[in-house]
Amino acid sequence: MIIKRLLMSVAALALSTGLAHAQYSDGKIKIGVLTDLSGTYSDLAGQGNVVAAQMAAEDAGGKINGMPIEIVSADHQNKADIASSIARKWYENEGVDAIADLVTTAAARAVREISKEKGKIDLISGAASLPLTNDWCSPTGFHWTYDNFATGAGTAASVTKQGGSSWFFLTADYAFGHDLQAQSERAIKANGGEIKGSVRHPFPNADFSSFLLQAQASGAKIIGLANAGADTINAIKQAKEFGITKNQNLVGLLIFISDIHSLGLETAQGMMLTTGFYWDIDDQTRAFAKRFAAKMNGRMPSMVQAGVYSAVSHYLKSIQAAKTDEGVKVADKMRELPIKDFFAKNGKLRPNGRMVHDMYLAQVKTPAESKGPWDYYKILRTIPGDEAFQPMSESTCPLTKK
Amino acid sequence: MTLLFGIPIQALFGQLLLGLINGAFYAMLSLGLALIFGLLNIINFTHGAQYMMGAFVAWLVLSHAGLGYWAALLLAPLLVGALGILIERTMLSRLYKLDHLYGLLLTFGLALVIEGGFRQLYGISGAPYAVPEELQGGWNLGFMYLPIYRGWVVLASLFLCLGTWLLIEKTKLGSYLRAATENPQLVQAFGVNVPVLVTLTYGFGVALAAIAGVMAAPIYSVNPLMGSNIIIVVFAVVVIGGMGSILGAIVTGFMLGLLEGLTKVFYPEAASTVIFVVMAIVLMIKPQGLFGKGS
Repeated sequence: MIIKRLLMSVAALALSTGLAHAQYSDGKIKIGVLTDLSGTYSDLAGQGNVVAAQMAAEDAGGKINGMPIEIVSADHQNKADIASSIARKWYENEGVDAIADLVTTAAARAVREISKEKGKIDLISGAASLPLTNDWCSPTGFHWTYDNFATGAGTAASVTKQGGSSWFFLTADYAFGHDLQAQSERAIKANGGEIKGSVRHPFPNADFSSFLLQAQASGAKIIGLANAGADTINAIKQAKEFGITKNQNLVGLLIFISDIHSLGLETAQGMMLTTGFYWDIDDQTRAFAKRFAAKMNGRMPSMVQAGVYSAVSHYLKSIQAAKTDEGVKVADKMRELPIKDFFAKNGKLRPNGRMVHDMYLAQVKTPAESKGPWDYYKILRTIPGDEAFQPMSESTCPLTKK
Repeated sequence: MTLLFGIPIQALFGQLLLGLINGAFYAMLSLGLALIFGLLNIINFTHGAQYMMGAFVAWLVLSHAGLGYWAALLLAPLLVGALGILIERTMLSRLYKLDHLYGLLLTFGLALVIEGGFRQLYGISGAPYAVPEELQGGWNLGFMYLPIYRGWVVLASLFLCLGTWLLIEKTKLGSYLRAATENPQLVQAFGVNVPVLVTLTYGFGVALAAIAGVMAAPIYSVNPLMGSNIIIVVFAVVVIGGMGSILGAIVTGFMLGLLEGLTKVFYPEAASTVIFVVMAIVLMIKPQGLFGKGS
């Protein structure tokens, strides 16, 4: 376990001129970034999330009402038990006020329970499962960047409308994959599409050729990939090798820019996907990405990393406005304030903790269209937040059923 | 369409062929492992990391020096094999007199260090590597489309396996090696430099892993964890075949690839466990493995 501490601008002056000591616990604002620093998700989340949180703290001036902001981080190794023990230690002994990222559903769910019990804030960016804002919702818990509904259903609906009327799924055989397939299937059926079949593959899995041949034999127009990371990369690489992409189209239901970087445009070109963020949308996103890349060896931010910046930054603004770091009060303030930054142009927080913002339907550029590394997406359409995310009327969050 | 067990027979042929291709990788990797265990009594847990390094060498020489697949196929085993020799000379050679467990712990630790280093340098999501131009495309066999590259992998793997088996079992050098494992003092007394022989054997086993890595680069995601994902399966293959039996490793590698291929048709969820079920059964009935000589 790696625990890094980074003290942000501990100005002695700031402490002595503190205005609101009484409302802030232990004289500082402490945010823990709990993420995968070493495993499968460490490129799309990982150290980039720590950097993003630090940038948010810097941009807030390093302190709020005189209280210094401190960012700490730890590796939960994608395991629920490790995540919960770190979260407990942080909340109980180390004065952490909020935990950000929590990639991997199992880790997010475990920490969600502890945060709820302690009245602390969680700012989930990396995890994908929809129940986080349904059955597992919390008054102090937020789900920021995307979920299976927004990426899976969003992509599936768009592709079905454009003529991708029959589908076959390759699904990772664990909770995330099942949820992603279910969300996508609903959107396909709602748009008049047909499900020709599906196969559940072990997780992780290196060889997809058997499954791809089954998908090919189904005759479906679209092969939906309800998996993530290396599984998606292997499936796409091998589909091209077997010539499947000549007659059928592959659709990744959860694709991150790091996956495209790893696949190369030659292999990934033409694929459609839904993303919550792309660095090359406007001047604001480019400015953020440039600063981020300078600290990350030239890597552009993923949507998860940009989401961590946005979430931490909104949390800090809300602390300032609420004049306290007490979880429930800050959470109320967070719901009250609009979210306006490079990531969410007109974001808002729903009572169930869902941060609603615009998503983007993108297509991967061909090598000829791309000007260089990280120039990967053509944005086909901006999906308005209310269309992109699950309608409030369908939410099963107990908090909203009063 | 003819059905066999409710599956179109063409689809079944297709899956069997795919199983054979996967088996080729299992065979290549377990061959190196069996060689190292059989002759050095070292359980080489670094094998997965060495396979991964082979794939990374292919990518590095392409992106930094513009050297393609064929050059990598030559360079990777040389470079990674040399690193293996360095590891053997400086570390492993001190452990031969101790229990197997020490070698296992050392190589396992080394694998973690190597994988951690690559993760730090190149990130986790891996690097792109395309199929070499000469081997792109495929043949339509009627029951399935066979990419030329996969056909090449099976042939190359068969060639390597056969070559290694002949080298160990049928040549004079091989007989020295086998003798050196039975009774090193005696072989040394005949004027054969046993430590050098042992070092070269380890280097050769590692080079085999690196070749498998280069062959895997165009098919699988080239990432620092690619070795640790496959190594557990390969260990199961070696255990089923009989620890240290080269023929056992080759035959079981291909057989289990086929079995896994079939499982992917009938019950895909179990595809990653079926090999371990077989391992458990074999260990219960024949603890020394299918081709093991017994202790």
